[in-house]
Amino acid sequence: MGTFGRRVQTAVGWFTTPLLPTDFLGTLNPMWSTREPRARVVGLRRETADTTTLLLRPGAGPVAHRPGQFIGLGVQVAGVWHWRTYSITSRPGGELLEVTVTAVPGGAVSPVLAHGTPVGTVLRLAPPAGEFVLPEPTPEKLLFVTAGSGITPVMGMLRELAATNPRALAGSVLVHCDRTPADLVFGLELRALAASTGLRLVERHTAREGRLTPDALTDEVPDWAARQTWACGPGGLLDDLAAHWDRAGDVGALHIERFRPPTPVDGEGTGGRVRFTSSAVETDAGPDTPVLVAGEAAGALLPNGCRMGICHTCVGRLRTGAVRNLHTGEVHDTPGEPVRTCVSAAAGDVEIEL
Amino acid sequence: MSTSAAAHLTDEQIEAFGAELDAIRAEVVGSLGEEDAAYIRRVVTVQRGLEAGGRGLLLFSGFPPAWLAGTATLAVAKILENMELGHNILHGQWDWMRDPEIHSTTWEWDHASPAEFWKKSHNFEHHTFTNVRGKDRDLGYAIMRVTPEQPWKPIYLLQPLYNMGLAAIFEWGIAIYDIELEKVAEGTKPWSAARSQIGAIWRKARKQLAKDYVLFPLLSGPNALSTLTANATANLVRNVWSHAVIFCGHFPDGTETFDESRLDGETRGQWYLRQLLGSANLTGGPVFHIMTGNLSHQIEHHLFPDVPSNHYARIAPRVREICERYGLPYTAGSLPKQYGTVLRKLARLALPGGGPAPQAPQPVAPPRPVPTDGIDTVIVRLPAPDRQPARASS
Repeated sequence: MGTFGRRVQTAVGWFTTPLLPTDFLGTLNPMWSTREPRARVVGLRRETADTTTLLLRPGAGPVAHRPGQFIGLGVQVAGVWHWRTYSITSRPGGELLEVTVTAVPGGAVSPVLAHGTPVGTVLRLAPPAGEFVLPEPTPEKLLFVTAGSGITPVMGMLRELAATNPRALAGSVLVHCDRTPADLVFGLELRALAASTGLRLVERHTAREGRLTPDALTDEVPDWAARQTWACGPGGLLDDLAAHWDRAGDVGALHIERFRPPTPVDGEGTGGRVRFTSSAVETDAGPDTPVLVAGEAAGALLPNGCRMGICHTCVGRLRTGAVRNLHTGEVHDTPGEPVRTCVSAAAGDVEIEL
Repeated sequence: MSTSAAAHLTDEQIEAFGAELDAIRAEVVGSLGEEDAAYIRRVVTVQRGLEAGGRGLLLFSGFPPAWLAGTATLAVAKILENMELGHNILHGQWDWMRDPEIHSTTWEWDHASPAEFWKKSHNFEHHTFTNVRGKDRDLGYAIMRVTPEQPWKPIYLLQPLYNMGLAAIFEWGIAIYDIELEKVAEGTKPWSAARSQIGAIWRKARKQLAKDYVLFPLLSGPNALSTLTANATANLVRNVWSHAVIFCGHFPDGTETFDESRLDGETRGQWYLRQLLGSANLTGGPVFHIMTGNLSHQIEHHLFPDVPSNHYARIAPRVREICERYGLPYTAGSLPKQYGTVLRKLARLALPGGGPAPQAPQPVAPPRPVPTDGIDTVIVRLPAPDRQPARASS
């Protein structure tokens, strides 16, 4: 919005005070809200039995992103807003955003998005973020290693390359793992892409062939060490790859995106009393509960984004006490240190400036 | 002091009473869902529609029917905004939705007092220390004598009059009240804190004043003056209405006040009991309840301040049934009746005394010489026992 637009908004704001003009616009049509940007589901594509692509039209116009980045989606389930992040699978510059959602059995949100979100549903939108992107210029001989829904950020990259720089795909390799051929999201498109660009597609079906190991990968791609590699999939696979690159290759050539909610490392968790200083909300949190989740359950409105420790939207400063990182087990106890509330559990009583 | 209406309960019974209320609370909180979210969104939509409609009509306020319809619409919009939306959202009743647009930490209301100050004086002080003399400043709002135990001062002779003045400017009264000037006077609150609060109130209030008394009148062009009178009338209606509803919450006959010692080691059951005995409901239909922000269910609201207001009417019969089983009063009456007892009490307590007759169950007994503080010497001079407030019979 230009200076003129802001002036008009300020002037109209004197008439709507204490509300903002956007509150009235958002009441007329949720899509017009700028305070809480919305997107409407305008189309659905069933990819597999448990995976659906949502086509979203952002209310405030096209959203700029880089292929491989994720976006935050807010969805109301039984009256409560939940936020999750999903990789954007569509190319930048289009009017519509696409995200591809796999229903996680027992999940609170993904089954709703994958199966219970009809066309017309209004979702909330957080800005795109993430560092899992290709550099400029695009390196030659790329290697992608993906498993399950880990294909989604890579699909965004492949679509962009196929449209703008298909030669970068010739000589590149995609090793993708899924349980069976029927589970492979984007299967037809990937096979067509391989045929038209020279991308080598290695499909591995884990129900028959077992989990991908670094040895199996190096057998498939002997020159792996000479390639810049982008990998996304379950934590176990990524841990194995990181260890292998660390041992036998250049760890700087491996780029990883983790999709995992915090799973506690074994250790000396204690839990404790959590107090959020801005909202004055206080609650008891267990040793394995992220303080974000504990705070939300106690009614605090806390900044949040990916909920897996990657986007830093949820960061708050530690005032007193200590938290334990649920991924690494590391304890943070320096006053003033910013901590990610979504992957930090209380290690004793703790105050966080949120 | 009169005997509490709960004097017959044992400690175990009080905790059992509290446990039954806890169960209702848990049931309601567990049931919250899409239907409730849709309710509050609908109230927001209706309120904003009425506000825009009223303002729109008042652009033509020179035309008397437009003035009348616009003023009425705007007054209803302002009442809804303060009561069913502002009061309840600022209580955190809708925080469970995690919606930044309808949340106690982000909401600001069409009221002279900034939400931040009001949340402290109301949510914390009034709801925690409800009807505890010396702790709950809402008992008389620091300017009125609403219970005989408050020492009499000559200024209270005027309270029936200035109560009417307060009703007319209620939102400004609340804004000033939130500054806690009496604490500044007695030296328990630094003047610097009060001054920064006054600054914050002014920054908000000037926008409120500009909107109603400058900008919308100017926007009406030739109808500026009639729009100004319409906006002033809508604010007046809102103020008088909210004053009446709120004064009927804790001051009618049948409500009890408590000594500060009551707070020592107060259990959850005793807390519930104090909330019940200190509050009174208003009877009426569904529209009436919404227009009071469901403060007509003051008892349910004080038992469960952060339970969404649309549930109060549903749980009220169950709360009432529990009270009957425990032999507890459940004070309720129509708005005119309850407001009448409040006005009568304010008039009576404008004069010294007003405490219950000693030996209350025997109203014809001659007054006995009793304690020392001068209040009771006045009781002796009262003309007849039947002039005593109704609490004497409790």
